[in-house]
Amino acid sequence: MAKENEILEEITGSEYKYGFSSDIETETAPKGLNEDIVRFISKKKNEPDWMLESRLKAYRYWLTLEEPRHWAHIEYPAIDFQDIIYYAAPKKIKELTSLDEVDPELLRTFEKLGISLEEQKRLSGVQSNIAVDAVIDSVSVKTTFKETLAEKGIIFCSFSEAVQEHPELIKKFMGSVVPYTDNYYAALNAAVFSDGSFCYIPKGVRCPMELSTYFRINTLGTGQFERTLLVADEGSYVSYLEGCTAPMRDENQLHAAVVEIIAHKNAEVKYSTVQNWYPGNKEGKGGIYNFVTKRGICLGDNSKISWTQVETGSAITWKYPSVILKGNHSIGEFYSVAVTNNRQQADTGTKMTHLGKNTRSTIVSKGISAGFSNNSYRGLVRIAKGASNARNHSQCDSLLMGDKCGAHTFPYIEIKDKSAIVEHEATTSKISEDQVFYCKQRGIDAEKAVALIVNGYCKEVLNQLPMEFAVEAQKLLAVSLEGSVG
Amino acid sequence: MLSIKNLKAGIADKEILKGFNLEVKAGEVHAIMGPNGSGKSTLASVLAGREDYAVTEGAVQFNGKDLLDLSPEDRAREGLFLAFQYPVEIPGVSNINFLKTAIAEIRKYRGLPPMEAKDFLKLVKEKQALVELQVTLANRSVNEGFSGGEKKRNEIFQMAVLEPCLAILDETDSGLDIDALRIVANGVNKLRSENRSFVVITHYQRLLEYIVPDFVHVMYDGKIVKSGPKELALELEAKGYDWIKKELGDVIEA
Ligand SMILES: Nc1ncnc2c1ncn2[C@@H]1O[C@H](COP(=O)(O)OP(=O)(O)OP(=O)(O)O)[C@@H](O)[C@H]1O
Ligand SMILES: [Mg+2]
Repeated sequence: MAKENEILEEITGSEYKYGFSSDIETETAPKGLNEDIVRFISKKKNEPDWMLESRLKAYRYWLTLEEPRHWAHIEYPAIDFQDIIYYAAPKKIKELTSLDEVDPELLRTFEKLGISLEEQKRLSGVQSNIAVDAVIDSVSVKTTFKETLAEKGIIFCSFSEAVQEHPELIKKFMGSVVPYTDNYYAALNAAVFSDGSFCYIPKGVRCPMELSTYFRINTLGTGQFERTLLVADEGSYVSYLEGCTAPMRDENQLHAAVVEIIAHKNAEVKYSTVQNWYPGNKEGKGGIYNFVTKRGICLGDNSKISWTQVETGSAITWKYPSVILKGNHSIGEFYSVAVTNNRQQADTGTKMTHLGKNTRSTIVSKGISAGFSNNSYRGLVRIAKGASNARNHSQCDSLLMGDKCGAHTFPYIEIKDKSAIVEHEATTSKISEDQVFYCKQRGIDAEKAVALIVNGYCKEVLNQLPMEFAVEAQKLLAVSLEGSVG
Repeated sequence: MLSIKNLKAGIADKEILKGFNLEVKAGEVHAIMGPNGSGKSTLASVLAGREDYAVTEGAVQFNGKDLLDLSPEDRAREGLFLAFQYPVEIPGVSNINFLKTAIAEIRKYRGLPPMEAKDFLKLVKEKQALVELQVTLANRSVNEGFSGGEKKRNEIFQMAVLEPCLAILDETDSGLDIDALRIVANGVNKLRSENRSFVVITHYQRLLEYIVPDFVHVMYDGKIVKSGPKELALELEAKGYDWIKKELGDVIEA
């Protein structure tokens, strides 16, 4: 209806809240990519030879690949990989023993983002009892609560530090779930990865607090290539959160991360993301290209990996957090809300690969498209031969706001075992004018009404998030859809 | 409280309200009856500010303000409440959260501080008891999967919580079983006060045995064609609408 669209357009006009950039003294690598740059990065991080070798191997492999441009439902000009800075780091951090040594501008940056790097302090709700690893551009700035966690034998540190301190764990697990040969961006990441978090939860330990990494891109022209590795040993539990923002810039910036999760017998890992990279302006100029490979393996029996993501940012999102269900009775879950507005494009979903017996997976995907955006769900459920009694339930819902956006679902199912039960449900809906009017009649204006209705629509997913994050995510949803009432 | 003068409104080029007049004073209960399609729900929608209908003539004053000038949400914030004939479902939004949001918005508009969480819970509990609404219903998503009767009862519950000064009930009685009808009517009666008015749209005299109106109006073809005391409802029940149409016909023919 005409009216519906009018209101819609009116509300699609919000500003990105985290679009500021900070004036932090930064050291960068020269633009472009070659073996010297790979060596430069490795040297900067003071890496052992084996790490450098592994980077070079990945780099050489990457050179043989072609940028994948066709299979996903996204459109963008070819990326000039020589026009990217692959390393940028705030100057004043080396081995930090206290926060006093950190550039105060850096601390302010994180405070502005609502992240406190002081352990006792609470800021805008995001972290009350949450350990944070703060990563800006290519390096981790500070990891909080490290000592508290260490008492339980938990290792939580930046990836770079882990390479130094826990080489045996890195050697054993890095690339074991996402090998550098996995795909184009995984190869690129393995060659030039900057920082990220490493986490190891020992046998039988329930991590007493939420662990989180906050990623911030600051420097102009840089790409961010972080790497995160979570290892949950037998019978352990951890809930991990990831948040991200970037300044508003006219150019596109590349973010190509790799996340690997390993869950051993009886272990459980919950991984939650609130992705709020700069989405570009209303005309689609600027914004982050978010090409991410996330995968977990339920290695042991009865293990469980659960991905929850709220994706509101980025100009382009290309991301399929997946689970390999290797252990018998293991469980994989994927809960996703992906919002696209204006000219944003998202092609996201999951892969559930059932190898073990009696494995179960659940997929709940809620796509919300507004403006001129395009939102696709792409999922694969694969039941291997011998994975007897595997079960999957997939629910893919799309919500359209206005008539200029697109929603697509590409569910692929491969069943090699007859005992499998796979269910797929999909719906497409619109926010009805009747619902909005009903809210208005109770004193709630159109914008709030839409936020309310959308939050209700996403409830199943938001319920999976830890409290503090859920509140943030709700606010974020409202902001992302400002100006898009239907 | 509410003064409607010569209201004409319709959709595209179809006129539905054709010169509607009504005066509702504070504390009064007016019943509007009339055959299907006579424009009762349209009247309710136009008063609530539904944009689908275009007002072509007339004026509506509400508490001294030009009602037609206000946005739908501001009308609600000024104290106008509509219990819908067909309440919509809002999946995933709990009744409680919905009402909390509504109250917050209404209070903001009125320049009042936000309501304390414990006061809100107290209010909700009290009103839940008033309309004998099951706790489980109050905690469920707005109208989602509610039976027809439950939806109607939920409308009255919302009304009780929002405490409007004018409530329009559009066929709130239809679909209610005998007990529910009594409960809903009781709820309304308890909310009756000298500064709260009701416009009750109904097809059945039965409701008016419980909610005794001060006036009964008959609406036909977009306007009120007959008004009278509560006994008029009895007469309508006994005789149907034909005699009114006949009377009207006589007038037109004469
Ligand atoms: N949105 C609309 N589009 C087209 N016609 C409409 C619309 N709304 C109302 N009408 C028409 O206007 C007339 C009055 O409808 P309305 O719903 O107001 O009647 P009512 O008196 O409430 O009837 P009922 O007793 O059946 O509830 C009907 O002929 C109806 O079809
Ligand atoms: Mg009606």
